[in-house]
Amino acid sequence: MNVLFQLQRGDFTLDANFDLPDQGVTALYGRSGCGKTTLLRCMAGLEPRARGQLQIAGQLWQNGAHSIAVHQRALGYVFQEASLFPHLNVQDNLRYGWRRLPAKHRRVEWESTIQLLGLTPLLDRYPDQLSGGQRQRVALGRALLTSPDLLLMDEPLASLDSTSKADILPYLERLHRSLAIPVLYVSHSQEEVLRLADHLVLLEDGAVQAQGPVAEVMARLDLPLAHSPGAQALLTGVVMQQDEADHLTAVSCEGEVIWVSQLSQACGTGVRLSIAARDVAISREPTSNSSVLNCLPVRVDALQPDAQPGHVLVSLKLGGQTLLARITERSRRTLALQQGDAVHALVKGIAVH
Amino acid sequence: MFGIAAADWVALQLTLKLATISTLLLLMLCVPLAWWLAFSPRRLKVMVEALVALPLVLPPTVIGFYLLILLGPRGAVGSFLESIGLNHLAFSFTGLVIGSMVYSLPFVVQPLQNAFQSMGTRPLEAAATLRAGPLDRLITVVLPLTRRGFLTAFVLSFAHTLGEFGVLLMIGGSIPGQTQVASIAIYSHVEAMDYSAAHALSLLLLVMAFAMLMAVYALNRRFRLVGVAG
Repeated sequence: MNVLFQLQRGDFTLDANFDLPDQGVTALYGRSGCGKTTLLRCMAGLEPRARGQLQIAGQLWQNGAHSIAVHQRALGYVFQEASLFPHLNVQDNLRYGWRRLPAKHRRVEWESTIQLLGLTPLLDRYPDQLSGGQRQRVALGRALLTSPDLLLMDEPLASLDSTSKADILPYLERLHRSLAIPVLYVSHSQEEVLRLADHLVLLEDGAVQAQGPVAEVMARLDLPLAHSPGAQALLTGVVMQQDEADHLTAVSCEGEVIWVSQLSQACGTGVRLSIAARDVAISREPTSNSSVLNCLPVRVDALQPDAQPGHVLVSLKLGGQTLLARITERSRRTLALQQGDAVHALVKGIAVH
Repeated sequence: MFGIAAADWVALQLTLKLATISTLLLLMLCVPLAWWLAFSPRRLKVMVEALVALPLVLPPTVIGFYLLILLGPRGAVGSFLESIGLNHLAFSFTGLVIGSMVYSLPFVVQPLQNAFQSMGTRPLEAAATLRAGPLDRLITVVLPLTRRGFLTAFVLSFAHTLGEFGVLLMIGGSIPGQTQVASIAIYSHVEAMDYSAAHALSLLLLVMAFAMLMAVYALNRRFRLVGVAG
């Protein structure tokens, strides 16, 4: 469904228009100050001066200047700071939205949500007795228990230290698999996007710069993402075979086999592999005399000078999927690399999500 | 009882009635005002804040004097009331209520404004995303989170009215049973050299004020919440 919002505040203008898929996680990605949070607040109805168009589950939430009140929208909102009610314990915080919903509208189950988020041992505590990660889990549960038609999350991990982040990410991933509603996830962390998002909307100075499936947008050479130092490409594959002796797992991807450190997932499970552009080397010939395990036949799709002087960014097609490689200009000359060339990608580091 | 004459009990009763009525009216008036001061954008705000704080620095007699002129038979309010067949308000209980409301205004507005500001708008936004409507948010979020502010405002205004003298003397005079409150009764006793009667009433007021403040501080310690002690 199409989302359109405009808001003028001081010298900042938000004018965003994008497609929100009706399932899966859409990441709203961009630098701080680009208007991600403002756009999310517009969608929630928390910016009274916003103009736009938003229809969720057949209900018109915003139509021009006319908008329905926040409390009449079936939305879940997770703020950057958990924003739990300090005068209520965890149980009552969770029940706050839950009990305001008529029983017949409750689609999310109490028990399973508490369990999914591991909240059972926390129910009697007060917010000031919780760690940052626990608080964010409660906030997430509180939002989910209102059975939302749209879940909005505003950098829920940004204010957490890395331990708390590691504590909550698996819950978010589990959630991702079990929710059948659109989720909009604001983030400025590439790692979170790689792990959680299906779709990506790039925001720059209040306007949408690009949008599409994550793997596609991440690998587009005309966008700044691919040129960032930590640029990554995303491949999707299926767990094929376990090698217990060598502690490796084979993942099948576009008919090729990619070996990764052993995974706990069962055969047949879909996985996402993220591969940094700096961890991919290019060779004209397939090599078997190197320590690199994975040597994939690919085709050069495009080349572009990188932001880093003397370097070239190459996008490589593995079947229908795309890999990125950052190589030096000298190597490109030596290999006489051209668009359309069939080459081999030597892939060193692979992170599995 | 306690060596206090019947007339003094009447004065004390009047004082308590005055304090209760003016404090309750003030609270109703000041919640929207404090809310506006806490959350609206600036501009007019500075002027209103200064106006609200004025009674803190003006001598009570100045406030009382202007109110007497305004509410009396020749004042704008008093003459208007007489023109529609009512009495002017100088030397009346209603006049006293208005006087003590003006005088205690900052003691109610400021704690409420501070409490609203320290709560911020975030809890309200969170409540709205959890399906709570405006009245629901007021009852289940604002009141519990700012109850210290409310308690402080109530007690300060109440205690302040108990102790008020200058404004009330100017507007109300000293009519027993109508406008003679405890503080003025004490002054009359001293003028009449009746020190023992003055002493009894003074001591009672002192004990009452102390007990009230103790109660506030004890309650404030028990509330584990956002709020400001004034």
